[in-house]
Amino acid sequence: MSDSCCNTTSKSADCCSPDGNVMLLACSGGSNVGQLANQACMELTQEGFGKMYCLAGIGGELSGFVASAKDVPRMVVLDGCEVGCAKAIFNKAGVPLRGYVVLTDLGIGKNKNFNLDRAALEKVKDAACQAAQGQS
Amino acid sequence: MDIKVLGPGCPKCKQTEEIVRQAVADSGVDAQVEKVTGVMDIAAFGVFGTPAVVIDGQVKSVGKVPSKKDVLAWLGK
Repeated sequence: MSDSCCNTTSKSADCCSPDGNVMLLACSGGSNVGQLANQACMELTQEGFGKMYCLAGIGGELSGFVASAKDVPRMVVLDGCEVGCAKAIFNKAGVPLRGYVVLTDLGIGKNKNFNLDRAALEKVKDAACQAAQGQS
Repeated sequence: MDIKVLGPGCPKCKQTEEIVRQAVADSGVDAQVEKVTGVMDIAAFGVFGTPAVVIDGQVKSVGKVPSKKDVLAWLGK
């Protein structure tokens, strides 16, 4: 079990509620930060914080995916870098962006090393948890 | 018009089906309303949750009970 704020055994006073209803989306791009975003969504799903969902379905503008993204109460969208592919997909599909995090803004450098750094991953998961807070 | 209400049978799903049927009756639109309860059948629409309403293949709402006003708008009324 990770030490992220979504760990139900966490002692953090700021621990966010892992109620499982948070839609988790990652750009899943071809760099360390894209794959850190993907891995964070996978682990947060496994830990019960939310459910990873298919960004490609929104990109394809399939109505089930677009309507789901519009109607879900809480979401987290992780873009690996400032190129903002996930953000662009949301804009194209006409879905308001919520819970948006850019991993390079967290101080994580972008590179092609796919041996993902655990400390960086925990930082991403914490940021994702924080991004989900405050949404209805 | 083909309308599907997706949901395994939870109270909100039943409420959604009732609202959809009421809206169809009120509107006078010629429509078939089908309740879809199979998990795999629901998953085929790619929805994140239920209830969901699908009209002529287009998913209109997900994870909430729509108002009759919403449904009437989807029916073009």
